[in-house]
Amino acid sequence: MNERAAARRRRGLIENAQAYLFLVPAIAFLGLFKILPALYAVYISLFRWDIVQGAFRGLDNYFDILWQNSTRSQAWWQSLSTTVTYALITVPFEIAIALVVAYVLFQKLRGRDIYRTIYYVPYVTSTVAAATVFSYVFHPQYGIVNTLLGSIGITGLRWFQEPDGVFQMIGSALGVAVPEWAAGPSLALVGVAIFSIWHFLGFQILIFLGGLGNIPLEYYEAAKLDGANQWQLFRRITLPLLSPQIFFVFTIATIGVLRAFNEIFILTNGGPLDTTRTVTLLIFKTFFQQGQIGLGSAMGVLLTLVILAFTLFQFRILGRRVEYG
Amino acid sequence: MNTPQVLPRVIARPLRPRIPPISSTLFKHLVLILVGTIVAYPFYFMVSTSLKEFFEATATPPTLFPTSLHFENYVEAWTRQPWGRFFANTFFIAGASVAGEIVTAVLAAYAFAQMNFRGKNVLFALFLATYMMPAEATLIPNFVMMSKAPPGVNPFFPIPRLNLYDTYGAQILPFLASAFSVFLLRQQFLAIPRELRDAAVIDGAGHLRFLWSVVLPISIPALVTVAILSFYASWNSFQWPFIVTSSEAVRPVQVGLNAFRAEAGSQYHLLMAAASFVVAPIILLYLVGQRFLVQGVARTGIRG
Repeated sequence: MNERAAARRRRGLIENAQAYLFLVPAIAFLGLFKILPALYAVYISLFRWDIVQGAFRGLDNYFDILWQNSTRSQAWWQSLSTTVTYALITVPFEIAIALVVAYVLFQKLRGRDIYRTIYYVPYVTSTVAAATVFSYVFHPQYGIVNTLLGSIGITGLRWFQEPDGVFQMIGSALGVAVPEWAAGPSLALVGVAIFSIWHFLGFQILIFLGGLGNIPLEYYEAAKLDGANQWQLFRRITLPLLSPQIFFVFTIATIGVLRAFNEIFILTNGGPLDTTRTVTLLIFKTFFQQGQIGLGSAMGVLLTLVILAFTLFQFRILGRRVEYG
Repeated sequence: MNTPQVLPRVIARPLRPRIPPISSTLFKHLVLILVGTIVAYPFYFMVSTSLKEFFEATATPPTLFPTSLHFENYVEAWTRQPWGRFFANTFFIAGASVAGEIVTAVLAAYAFAQMNFRGKNVLFALFLATYMMPAEATLIPNFVMMSKAPPGVNPFFPIPRLNLYDTYGAQILPFLASAFSVFLLRQQFLAIPRELRDAAVIDGAGHLRFLWSVVLPISIPALVTVAILSFYASWNSFQWPFIVTSSEAVRPVQVGLNAFRAEAGSQYHLLMAAASFVVAPIILLYLVGQRFLVQGVARTGIRG
């Protein structure tokens, strides 16, 4: 009896040792390049760190960014507001367009697979290449967009070089003076938003198609027997039962906007007049171009906290979606 | 054989795999074609421009079809930058990252799915935490780690300086493990029937043997999904290599395309030719591996 217990314990020990051996490679790399750096980010943010490490500053970098009425904090709050605006003009449209397309695409149609294949292509294309093409498509002179707009009488849009707000531009075209606070997002930022919507459309469609596939068809049959019309079916069955996917797309698209860098870097590099300088761009310019690593790191920590808040919110609501993955 | 013919029809109706149709098929196709045109147009514009000559590419208004085809644009674009080098670099970096990530993820996922050990829950929570940590959190510290320690600074403490700036290592090492891939494979390995493991134990097979001869062969679709997603991430990555490299010797294609953007200026026909050959391999991979990619994205909700 004792012998058997000892044997079992020995087997347990061996299994333990083996399991740790299996985990060592992953933990080593994640530890060195993910976990430790996350701590270093906080550490660096506590110092004056211009190219080389300087004096300990405690939380002063954070105070400089958030409270000091300096160009530094102005830049931060302006970037944050640009990021929020960017989210507001991107995420709702991403969801709405993808929802409509997915709803149509879900039905039995000839050539459905071809449509899907086409819709997913932008999503797999690299942001750098796609944005390079986009900046040409929206070129004020050579681009097709302005040619098409010209045919309906709208001319001379400068897209990614246009710092003026879109409401302000519409106002001045109609001869109405729009106050500065209502100028709206710059046309450049709207251009970036159009790119994002185009780039991620396939992804959202994919998620919505998965959700549509999970809705039991009996619900529709029953509702139809009760005399429900098309709109009621969509409004009362599809939308509510698709709400987990809508919520998932909402959070992941918001996080995507918070993290967006490559497209903005290529399309506008934060300009014109900083109207597309989101937080990610500000961090990049602060630490990489100005060499203010401490300040940049403090901004990075703040951005990370916002992203983590969204991620945790999403996990809580969706009950740890990773379990599916 | 003698089953009444009415029965299947009655059953077939409620099971028809569709949600209620919008009024007409034509309308649906119109919507889908319109969206498809908008989605695909930039790609058409890219390829058609790449075949135009300079003056046509910068004509106002742009022409829909090239008046004559100039395939030599591709040759010229190719020779303007060391693209061969960039492609080789990217294939090497992506290949090494994918291979490393698969190995580390398979081992860790197997441990979480098939083994019992102390501290399993704690370690799993640690992986979950890493999974949630966005790349933005580690961008600056990783950059500091990759750079060389300035004179007089301790190269090990508090921050280790790996002195890997402008190397392949800087572009590969941080991507050799991914919590996301561990989760994806763990899910696959959890689904392996207990009986298979029991049978393997009776046959005297250890964990490594069982993993190699039983688990991996039946998990190939999941492995392919992980490999493809990881390859995409590597192929399309830009910000990190842009920050940690400076020389052409280790430069990947995306950074090369960015450099060419500046060099080409308004020679859009050459820029579009370069964009075409930069996206061609990845679109090809997408068309071949679409099934795995779509499954992977649908199952895991990764957005890139």
